[in-house]
Amino acid sequence: MSTTKGYSRRKFLQTTTVFSGGLLIPFFVSAGAKKMALLDVLGGGAATAEDTSAIAFAPNAYLGIGRDNTIHIILAHVEMGQGIWTTLSMLIAEELDCDFTKMKIGHAPPAAPYIHPLFGIQITGGSSTTWSEFDRYRKAGATARALLVTAAAQQWGVAPETCSTDDGYVIHGDQKLAYGALADAAAKLPPPADIPLKEAGDWKYIGKGVKRLDTPEKINGTAKFGMDVQFPGLLTALVLRAPVFGAKMKSFDDSKTKAVSGVRKVVAVPSGVAVIGDHYWAVKQGRDVLQVEWDIDPALAFDTKQQWAAYRKLAEQPGASAAKAGDVVAGLSGAVSKIEAEYTLPYLAHACMEPMNCTVKITGDKCEIWTGTQMPGIDQGNAAKVLGFKPDQVEVHTMFLGGGFGRRATGQSDFVVEAVEVAKASGEAVKTVWSREDDMRGGYYRPAFMHKVQIGLGPDKMPVAWLHRIVGQSIMEGTPFEAGVQNGIDGASVEGVNDSPYMKHVPHHSVELHSPKNKVPVLWWRSVGHTHTAFVMETMIDELAHAAGKDPVAYRKLLLKEHPRPLAALTMAADKAGWGKPLPAGRFRGVAVHDSFGSAVAQVAEVSVDKKGQVKVHRVVCAIECGLAVNPGGVIAQMESGIVFGLTALLYGNISIEQGRVQQRNFHDYRMVRMHETPQIEVYIVPSAEKMGGAGEPGVPPLAPAVINAVYAATGKRIRQLPLDPAKLLKV
Amino acid sequence: MINLQVNNKPYTVDAPPQMPLLWVLRDMLGLTGTKFGCGMAQCGACTIHLNGEAVRACVTPLSRAVGQPITTIEGLSSDNNHPLQRAWLQEDVLQCGYCQSGQLMSAAVLLRENPNPTDDDIDHAMSGNICRCGTYPRIRKAIHLAAQLQREGGKS
Repeated sequence: MSTTKGYSRRKFLQTTTVFSGGLLIPFFVSAGAKKMALLDVLGGGAATAEDTSAIAFAPNAYLGIGRDNTIHIILAHVEMGQGIWTTLSMLIAEELDCDFTKMKIGHAPPAAPYIHPLFGIQITGGSSTTWSEFDRYRKAGATARALLVTAAAQQWGVAPETCSTDDGYVIHGDQKLAYGALADAAAKLPPPADIPLKEAGDWKYIGKGVKRLDTPEKINGTAKFGMDVQFPGLLTALVLRAPVFGAKMKSFDDSKTKAVSGVRKVVAVPSGVAVIGDHYWAVKQGRDVLQVEWDIDPALAFDTKQQWAAYRKLAEQPGASAAKAGDVVAGLSGAVSKIEAEYTLPYLAHACMEPMNCTVKITGDKCEIWTGTQMPGIDQGNAAKVLGFKPDQVEVHTMFLGGGFGRRATGQSDFVVEAVEVAKASGEAVKTVWSREDDMRGGYYRPAFMHKVQIGLGPDKMPVAWLHRIVGQSIMEGTPFEAGVQNGIDGASVEGVNDSPYMKHVPHHSVELHSPKNKVPVLWWRSVGHTHTAFVMETMIDELAHAAGKDPVAYRKLLLKEHPRPLAALTMAADKAGWGKPLPAGRFRGVAVHDSFGSAVAQVAEVSVDKKGQVKVHRVVCAIECGLAVNPGGVIAQMESGIVFGLTALLYGNISIEQGRVQQRNFHDYRMVRMHETPQIEVYIVPSAEKMGGAGEPGVPPLAPAVINAVYAATGKRIRQLPLDPAKLLKV
Repeated sequence: MINLQVNNKPYTVDAPPQMPLLWVLRDMLGLTGTKFGCGMAQCGACTIHLNGEAVRACVTPLSRAVGQPITTIEGLSSDNNHPLQRAWLQEDVLQCGYCQSGQLMSAAVLLRENPNPTDDDIDHAMSGNICRCGTYPRIRKAIHLAAQLQREGGKS
């Protein structure tokens, strides 16, 4: 039986949902209301056959119980570091009362039950897993528990209400039965109509958390990432891709390549030429001596420096409207004083620690794929198209992801489709691996953005008019997510500006967007539009505070008085950081607060700037208002992670292009923050009963503006171009 | 044919002497715990011990390993009981986990040579290992804890 039985044949309907930030995206969603149980999904011939055969009781698609007491948990979302392996399992355990040491956890194959409850496709992204699965995974656990209790009660001839559960057992008086012993009986019972969930006061784990469940296998080398897939007969491939985005291969000479020991085949694929052989070293040597002639249209040989000049011209012109109030032109001309600023923010690479890779085995009318992916269902469909297969002829095994950050969620499935092409062209089972250089130069970057801002101040030095023009490539245009671009606005380009709580209170404002096109592939990058919009908004607000002669925290509190969540985060971060209290000589503070993915995060950075203009970030105090923190330890870890991620972009992140060629290659010229550059980080969670928000991304946006505002406090210089150039901070 | 000793086991491999140990370990011996991150000794994901010293397997030729014992993450302990592994569990250090084999192997040499490292000692010893998830503060904390566990329990 296929892992996706019935999925492709189901009717589809269109729905609209919230994705990146506050953006609405219509998706095609399976209308299959029929619930599939775990055994329907995994089938008899699935990869985990030996585990599946042990499952005697599987009331839904998310968990099964073996006669050996094993609790099999299938995750609709994937583990890429954010901790969902632990949090989703914890949600089941909360209601099931099971033993964590008996859990066997795995990623779901592409199938209807694992489609995101709101986004309508099977995706891990948008910092959405915990809040979107909070009910579904708890109910899965509660249903199983109710049936196990009923089975035990029937066996004992007692009322189910007189039984309790603990740690994998149903208990009645001094009698107890293990879940495994009840599995067969429970499997025969009809599913209960309505399952009450535990009251918050009875939660054992939610709000408290458990230690990560994926640690043991990740500290002894046994965890399997996509890169680690191996089986007899599997070959390795490296693809020589065009040196310029959009260029095509004219011809190639593989005579030297084929002479390399261990090289088996050289095949042309749409993206370039693949060298296939016994191991990475052989194919790398083979690729190094491969001669390829490329057809490079001079129009493709563009330069990021020229791009800024072109963007500057566009920013002079009105763009598509993303938000509008009053009459911004009149507002600006009537202003008492004006502030104008231009920001430039470069292309950024995700640089996951695990370079991109995908393993493909085609056997007759079946295709098996092993990879780390954030969108297994989209990849399944794209792979099927390459082969002329139906999606259910393609099986996707999602491995651990060595980082994702959005890179492993491409609508085009670039790294999967290419690997399928390599396997198809060669007739071999092949793992297509990207070198670090391939990964760095492979595109799918955070788009480069220019912001041009004009703000008019009234007699009270508060903003009365705000004209904000944004220029940058659309992420969604030309992808399966294209329907997310509406009236010329890709919401992922403007989120954080058009919906800014500050903007709402400016009587005359206009947020406008230009979305120029070029061949550089762009993609969501951890926190998407907020990566650039928070930087612009929070440094501008800081500038406005100084223009008004007000303390930056007090000024923000004034503007956010009707926005309790960012206000609460800001208040807590400022208090914990000791805002306003004296600092050691040479240290300065900066603050930023930003809403994204349903959560508000405030950060206070303490920095010093040396004579060479080098910025050292000593301490970052962070507060998050995310509603209920289901797994607080996970939230804290994601804030720490976001801070280091944001700091890397601020200090070093820059993909530049000359003559169409990406200039960066590896970690020596696309640097990462290292341990000695990492500040002391303190994270606080605001106690809150507000709607649950995300945690994976919202820690990133406030970091850069908080640090740059501290740099202003230290030097009096406004930095509007990233990455930070120490030369701009030299005293003259 | 080249004879190797990895995690106290003998292996014979048929590979060119200049082939980096990383690919011998991963693609020939199936020891995939040692990770490929950069291929040019920039990220530390491939850190292993060669004769007790931390080396980057991606730039270490096979020829250098002849007659020298190799330890990989698979050989760090028998049952996740090395003080560092215990500390990693206790401090919930890792996220995606891809860099952590290398982090642990670098930290193991530090702890052997300096049983009571300061923050600066740790920063210095660990600055060659990149973590894109930013687990550095926890790695630092866990190394301190491991040092304490090592002092309390002797070397496991």
